[in-house]
Amino acid sequence: MPLENVTVTRYNEIQEVIRSSSRLAPRGAGSKTALQTTLSSVTTLNVSDLRGVLAYQPQEFTFTALAGTPLAEIERLLAENGQYLPFDPPLVGRGATLGGTVAAGLSGPGRYRYGGIRDFILGLRFIDGHGKVVRAGGKVVKNAAGFDLPKLMVGSLGRLGVMLELTFKVFPLPPSYGTLRSEFQALSAALDAMLHLGRLPLDIAALELIPHANGAALYIRLAGDQQILPSRLNRLRAILGLKDDEILAGQTEHDFWQEQKEFTWIEAAHTLVKVPVTPRRVVALDKQLAAHGAARRYSAGANLAWVAWPGDSSTLDHMLEEQGLSALAVLGANGQVRLGRQVGAAFEARVKQALDPAGKWLAL
Amino acid sequence: MDNSSLHTALSRIYPPDRLLTNPAQLTPYESDALTSFRARPKAVVIATSQSEVIQTVRLCHQLGVPFVARGSGTSLSGGSLPCADGLVIALNRLNRIIRLDPHERLAVVEPGVVNLEVSRAAAPFGLYFAPDPSSQPVCTIGGNLAFNSGGAHCLKYGMTSNHVLALKVVLPDGEVIELGSESLESTGPDLVGLFVGSEGLFGIALEVTLRLIPKPEAYKTVLAAYRSLGKAGDTVAQIVACGLLPGAIEIMDNLAIQAAEAAVQAGYPLDAQGLLVVELDGETRIVEAEFEQLMEVIHASGAYAVHVARDEADRQRIWKGRKSAFSAVGRLSPDYIVQDGVVPRSRLGEALVEIQRLSAAYDLRVANVFHAGDGNLHPLILFDGRQSGALERAEQLAGEILHLCVRFGGSITGEHGIGMEKRNFLPVMFSEADLQVMQALHRAIDPDQIANRGKMFPA
Repeated sequence: MPLENVTVTRYNEIQEVIRSSSRLAPRGAGSKTALQTTLSSVTTLNVSDLRGVLAYQPQEFTFTALAGTPLAEIERLLAENGQYLPFDPPLVGRGATLGGTVAAGLSGPGRYRYGGIRDFILGLRFIDGHGKVVRAGGKVVKNAAGFDLPKLMVGSLGRLGVMLELTFKVFPLPPSYGTLRSEFQALSAALDAMLHLGRLPLDIAALELIPHANGAALYIRLAGDQQILPSRLNRLRAILGLKDDEILAGQTEHDFWQEQKEFTWIEAAHTLVKVPVTPRRVVALDKQLAAHGAARRYSAGANLAWVAWPGDSSTLDHMLEEQGLSALAVLGANGQVRLGRQVGAAFEARVKQALDPAGKWLAL
Repeated sequence: MDNSSLHTALSRIYPPDRLLTNPAQLTPYESDALTSFRARPKAVVIATSQSEVIQTVRLCHQLGVPFVARGSGTSLSGGSLPCADGLVIALNRLNRIIRLDPHERLAVVEPGVVNLEVSRAAAPFGLYFAPDPSSQPVCTIGGNLAFNSGGAHCLKYGMTSNHVLALKVVLPDGEVIELGSESLESTGPDLVGLFVGSEGLFGIALEVTLRLIPKPEAYKTVLAAYRSLGKAGDTVAQIVACGLLPGAIEIMDNLAIQAAEAAVQAGYPLDAQGLLVVELDGETRIVEAEFEQLMEVIHASGAYAVHVARDEADRQRIWKGRKSAFSAVGRLSPDYIVQDGVVPRSRLGEALVEIQRLSAAYDLRVANVFHAGDGNLHPLILFDGRQSGALERAEQLAGEILHLCVRFGGSITGEHGIGMEKRNFLPVMFSEADLQVMQALHRAIDPDQIANRGKMFPA
């Protein structure tokens, strides 16, 4: 088979392509531009035609869909039934697919409340490096049978196999949202307020920090019954002793979180990089990022930095390596994908060898 | 490998009081909570430091001796059953909480720390560790990790796997590695996710970084009694359909109610055929609003008695009855087998009817306790092991229930794991190709299969 981009819809066709190609990279909608491969020696396995919801029973809180199904389609269907994916998958507006989001391992602001994409994936069917169709996990909300391969696929970048079908857990969609925005004169003060909130018994849907030249803004999102939202927001203000704050509601509120999920704040020429962090490390990291002219936002209670990196990614790679942080390039020009320190690389290599002994998929 | 050279080598690592070799010392380690399986190990070592565990694993690797890591031995799937030709590494005394960071909401613990101890240590900061298996006053984090333990609050809060951030692990060949980080987020394949629930086949966790969450501000715990089990099941569907996400939804049948009531006097109505426990948790204002919604559903559901926990003590009493149900059933019968299958929630009613039919056909009593919100059944099959063939019949009945769960599109285990007990049923749920991939992974991590040998995969 010549090295060309193959669009496949049926599993046996995919198997055939896998058997006849020496090196492959699956591709969904291509929304995560930095993760696309441009190597001429690699066959791109386009699975974006592998789309559709296979099973959805709202009362079970689960659905199964083909990996190439656009998340927009899934979110629409779920919303019609009063449900949603609580981890707020990002880049839906750019056409992100279910499989691509699993492969990249991406979660949006909502991951703060109930967990990330890893916490909602239940099962999958995929094709391994031998070309065999394999099923793992289950289709019910609770299952402990066998190794948890569904979780392993989260963040696997399509380099442990090509995903075909995925089963997810979903939750009831909150009837309404409200957001409190508060300005702080220093990032560290905003972080302190955030950490304080994080230990209180409050049901906070999302907690994000946006640093700027004069300090930082803290965004606290609440979800739930419309009638009690105002009193809950007021309680937050009282707890934080806020003066300089603003409540976002309705379309404005929606638009702000949409911007967070779609990364419309990034300059097109910059590379969007995902950097897992902990709140304690944010101040030091932020100083360095600012020095390099990188725009950045902190998500999931400052467990995640989204960085718009302006220059050569090798500088960032070194910087993160020194800090013991790992990162993933998501949007931007194709280059180094995984940056910084990789934890568990030796274990990962054994896993890769087991699932893909012939090296059909790209190296991790 | 003869016994004496193994003992000699072990005695270089352990003082005599922590190296058990005589039969009287070994007997308590011959089985875990699944007592129908027994095997006498060659020796038991009681580790008190990570370095001892690492040295022991390296020795086992060198000598080709299989080992089984053991916490409190509460596995209901025979997960910590010893190998007859191997070693048991007891980890109960590797029980330090190394660090508890209330700001970053995490705890770094050793594997022998008891589940409930984590929440106790976190309580002064208003935090807790969410996974709450019924055995939480005794079971250890190492065991929770190996078997991805659940509990009553999984639908909303997830299982152990959803609360583990990072691990330090000794692999079966003695290599010590780290996986994950203290962040909730990660990059690259989720290796922590793969390790959790691997049933001890990938080695021994030496340090576990757990995620802590704020203890809910308010709880509302409601008991509703029904004249039929089916009615209790229908109510679960109605609660879910109205958009509520309770922290827990549990059901017990009459036999389980009788047993629990006799054991702990939880105040359950003895004549109920189905007892529903629903718990809402969260911010006070939210719980209050949801409680109104829940009570509307319950009042329309045909419950003949409804009780709302008056205070925390009352709430604890309700939960004590539920959590002691397994051991309480021991009062009704000399022996029992607990099953752990999962069915889609909407097929709970059908599954229960089928279990009742099987119970009659096998002439064995079956008590039912289940996490209804998850569709996770816990049928307890009662039998008298002194009667010849009784265990075999009970096992056969258990097997039929597992087949039923798979036929209904569910799973053979929701939270107890495959272990020894269900290893021959793994092929009922997974194809040859599925198993081959899992076995390839197993071989890649433990080519000699010395870590918890014989578990998970068919004999």
